[in-house]
This record gives sequence, structure tokens and C-alpha cells, in this order.
Amino acid sequence: MTTTLVVGLDGQGSGDRALAYAKRMAGLIGKCELLIVYVIEWSPYSFQTAEENAQRHKRREEEIATAMERIIDPAVKALKDDGVKAKGLVRHGDVADTLNAISVEENADQIIVSRSSEGGFAKRIFGSSTANLVMSASLPVTVVG
Amino acid sequence: MGEIMKNLYTPALALSALTASTMPASAGIDEQVNEAFAAFTGPFVSFIFAPIPGTAFPWIVMWLVIAATVFTLYFGFVQLKFFKHAISLVKGDYSDPNDAGEVSHFQALATALSGTVGLGNIAGVAVAVGIGGPGATFWMILAGLLGMASKFTECTLGVKYRNEYPDGTVSGGPMYYISKGFAEKGLPGGKFLAVLFAIFCILGALGGGNMFQANQAHAQISGIVGDFPGWITGIVFAAVVFIVIVGGVKSIARVTEKVVPFMGVMYVTAALIILLVNFDQIGWAFGQIFAGAFTGLGVAGGMVGALIQGFKRAAFSNEAGVGSAAIAHSAVRTKEPITEGFVSLLEPFIDTVVICTMTALVITISGQLIVDPATGNYAIEAGKIATVGGTSGVALTSAAFASAFSWFPYVLAVAVILFAFSTMISWSYYGLKAWTYLFGESKNSELTFKIIFCVFIVIGAAASLGPVIDFSDAAIFAMAVVNITGLYFLMSVVKNEFNSYKERLASGEIKKFEH
Repeated sequence: MTTTLVVGLDGQGSGDRALAYAKRMAGLIGKCELLIVYVIEWSPYSFQTAEENAQRHKRREEEIATAMERIIDPAVKALKDDGVKAKGLVRHGDVADTLNAISVEENADQIIVSRSSEGGFAKRIFGSSTANLVMSASLPVTVVG
Repeated sequence: MGEIMKNLYTPALALSALTASTMPASAGIDEQVNEAFAAFTGPFVSFIFAPIPGTAFPWIVMWLVIAATVFTLYFGFVQLKFFKHAISLVKGDYSDPNDAGEVSHFQALATALSGTVGLGNIAGVAVAVGIGGPGATFWMILAGLLGMASKFTECTLGVKYRNEYPDGTVSGGPMYYISKGFAEKGLPGGKFLAVLFAIFCILGALGGGNMFQANQAHAQISGIVGDFPGWITGIVFAAVVFIVIVGGVKSIARVTEKVVPFMGVMYVTAALIILLVNFDQIGWAFGQIFAGAFTGLGVAGGMVGALIQGFKRAAFSNEAGVGSAAIAHSAVRTKEPITEGFVSLLEPFIDTVVICTMTALVITISGQLIVDPATGNYAIEAGKIATVGGTSGVALTSAAFASAFSWFPYVLAVAVILFAFSTMISWSYYGLKAWTYLFGESKNSELTFKIIFCVFIVIGAAASLGPVIDFSDAAIFAMAVVNITGLYFLMSVVKNEFNSYKERLASGEIKKFEH
């Protein structure tokens, strides 16, 4: 049986540490696939103008293409070059909820994320995505420091 | 936001001080604009509000009520049976997680609501109650409940027949469903009706979606800082709208879109507090509403007067059957157009049944309407109920709220300005869609419309309420004439979608997603 590890990236340096750790784990486990996920923070309950709504589909496609090109594709390619089985995915939604939902959907064994890169005021009020994930995940989560 | 408000207020205050000495000259400009405008729009207004021969009942009001009733019966009281399902859809229970990032049902509803919730709920209701008495509220609620079915019909068609362009953007609305739907059914005249709708939609955007808003925003500002010429407010508003719709400064629109819902919640909360404090009078107020609905309680026109006012202001406020919401709702990405219809039926409910009723109750309870001690009925002055201080429109609502919270007029002034602004932004989009339907989607044609739109803000702020409200109503109701004609021919399309959806919902083919 193949072990599936979901790696959540945040598009910043700290994500690379999570990726490096996941790669090492994959090497140790052997028969292992990495699913590299980038979640674009988005809420279905935000307010938009009629014009923004009319252009939303186009913007969404652009956001997904940009995230694929800049974050996911380079990561997946680097893993494949090193002989690690990997695939990538970009989704919109709440970071913690979406990472968990994808992991459940894919029957993953573990989620690997880096320590939160958010800071300051917003973190104090809303908590970090990593902390939210740890508290609400349905499967083991590894937080890489 | 503070910066924007400062920018809005500072020039207006400075100019009002400057022009105080030249008042007669500037009042002259307002007067001239007003006269020219009233003369120009008079015939159109008279035609739309012409009474049914032998009665005092305008045919257009009958037209809207009959349509709403027909749709209610044709779809088997969809507004009651699918109310719960609509809420479930807005909550996202039926949304596929793979579609995350697209326009959600909630967003489409919120956008459409920001175009309708506004001055109609604050000023319009005051006009209705001021002329038709508290009884107008009863007819307003009834019109709101029936209007839910009209909204359901038009928004389903809006999504079904919208245009999707290769670059992923969408355009929808009555002009698209009338022309495409008629062609699909082999009916003649679709193109003609679509063009006619687009013309009226442009007029509606310039009237109710623009001039009425500018006018009442000016009334509110001058009520606080003192009287000053309307064109000054008009120019300031036009400049801000210009920056947003022509300059593409999205940040202002975005801030407004976020602040407006809070203002809405605050308005309802304030109304609720006033109602709770005067808990013992709610029963009496409803008594006035019911009694007035059928007897008129001595107001001008009696029961028919109350009914006309109630229906008119409900239609103006929630725009059911007008077709504007179909433009806003058509942006949602769904495999089932009918789901957007269900969601949209919540709009007249929130707008009219909840918010308008609260305004009406507060006005009735506040004691702003003067009762003639001799007859026990409301005192009538020049065809309207006499009010404390002779207020009408938004000023009457403001005075009613001020009777409980003295500081409320300041909050209301900010709310009115923001509501007016967000409604203008929404309607500039509806008008633009109609304009580009007629003249093509080129940059120059878009710019022409946007400039015309800004010019009308100045005219609207300068003209007096009477001619502006008449023209706004007439233009918006003219849209309803064409739109509802289209809806009658296309309602069978909605029925097919409705039946198929009901079957699949019952069989479990359409099911909730785990979130």
C-alpha cells in the first residue's frame, strides 16, 4: 500500500522546510506519494461588487494558474527530479478546512505543514491557519519548525 | 473610510459657506434644472402612471401585482415551499467544494441586496406611510411576499440565458433572456423587446439608481450642515463615482461594499431596539396598519390610496419584476440556474418584509404622524399626512428614529450616503450592461455611458424631490412592463427547470455536500 502525505505550502520560505521534511520522510517510508497543496484564502461570505462578480470566474482561473506556475509546479518538478512520486493541487477556501478536506478525500496518512508564517494583529485575533489545522484536523499533522 | 468621508464633506462644507452669500443665484440654478427636468419627463411619467379608465388606480401597479400573483400561483407558492431550501443554498450546503473560489450564492445575493437595500427602505417607506398612512405597510408586505415569485422567475432566467465570453466573464439580464429565450421558442419580437428593455434600464439606472439617490443624499446632508445648493453635493458625489467607475479605483467600492452590510445591520438593530423599548405599542401599530389597509383611516384616497402607495414603494424598493436583479444574479456559477432563483426570492423578503416593515413600524410608533384630535384620524395637509416639522421622505424617517435616539440622524446620514453610493455603483453596472447591449462592448461606448451617469448625479441632487421621484418610478416601472411581458412567455421554461429540479431533489440525485 502506498502512503500518501499531504504537504501544505504557503508560498513562502517556511513552506520549503515542510517540503524538505516531507521528502526525507518519503525516502524513509519507501512506497510513498506526496500531494503538494496550495490553498488560496477565500471565503464564500465576502462582499463583492457586481462587476467583480462578473469577472470572478476569469480571476479564479488566473489565480489558480499563477499558484500552479509559481508554487506547485516548481515544487513537484524538483521532487520528481529527485525520484519522489508527487502531484500538485490548488484550491480556494479556508486554509485549515480545505487542507483537511483534501487529505480526507485522498485518504492521506498525514498532513505536513510549516510553522505559521502569519504574524501580528491578524494572528492574535483569528489565530493562525496552522494552529487551526492542528486543532481541527481529522488525521495526524506534523508541524515543521 | 475616514479619509473618504473627509474628502466628501470638506469641499461641501467649504462651498456651502462660500455660497451662502450668493444663495439666490445658486438657488436659481437648482430651480432651472428642476423646471427643465420636470417639463422634459412629464409626458413619460403621465403615461406610466395613467389610471385605469374610470378608476384612480394606475395600470402599472395592477400590472406588477397581477404578474406577482400569476407567478405565485403558477409555481405553487414557491416562496413558501422553498424558503428553507433557499437558506440552505445560501449557507453553501449544496455547493460543490471543487467550485470554491467562484461567485457563491451568498455573494450573488449580497451584491443584489446592496443594489436594492438602501434609500427605498428609508426614504421610500416614509413617502408611502406619509401619503398612504400606516395601512400602506400592509400592502407593501403583501407586495413583497408576492414579489418573491417574480424575482424567482427572472433570476432563474438570468442565469440560464446569460452570455459567457471566451475570457471567462459573463453578461446576463432580461435583454439576454428575452432575445435568446424568444428565439429558442420560435417567438417573434424578442430582439425588439430586449432593445426596449435596455433603453428603459438605462433610464432606470439614471433615475432610481442615480438621481433619486443623489437627491436624498443631498437632503440628508443639508439637513445636518444647513441648506446649501444641491448641485454642490451632486458634483462631489459625481466626482467620487467617476473615480470609481471610470478611474477604476476599486478600493473605494470595496470599502463601501464592506461597510454597507454593517450599516444595514446597524439600521435594523436600531429599529429593533426602538420597537423593543416601545414593546407595548407594537400591537397598536399593527392595528393601525391593518385598519389603515382596508379603511385608509381618513388618508387621501382611502384604502386605494394606501394600496397604491404600498405596492408602488414595495416595487421600487425590492425591484421584483423590474429585471435589475437578474443582471446582478447572473454572475453566479452554478450547474442549476433554478438554484439562483431560489436564492433570489430571499431578496424581497429581507428588503421589504423585514427592513421596510421595521421602518414603517418605527415611523408609526414615533408619533411623527399628526393625528387630528377632532376626528381621531390623521391630519391631512396638501394630500399628505401632516408630520411634526412638516418632514417627508428620508427626513421623516430620520425624525422618527431621532425621537428615540437623538444622535441617530448622524448615523443615518452616513448610512444614507453610503447606501446611495453603493446603489449608484450597482446601478451604474446595470445601466452599463444595458448600454453595451445596445452599443457594443467597446471602451469608448462604456466611457460615454459612465460620463452621462455622472452628469445625472448632479442633476438629481439639484432637482427637487417631486419630479425626481416621479421620473425614477416611471423609468423603473417601464422596465417592468417589458420584463414581465418577457417573463409571461418564458415562465414555462422556468417551470420545466423547476419540475426537473424537484424530481432530482426528491430522488436524492441532488444532495448536500459534506463540508
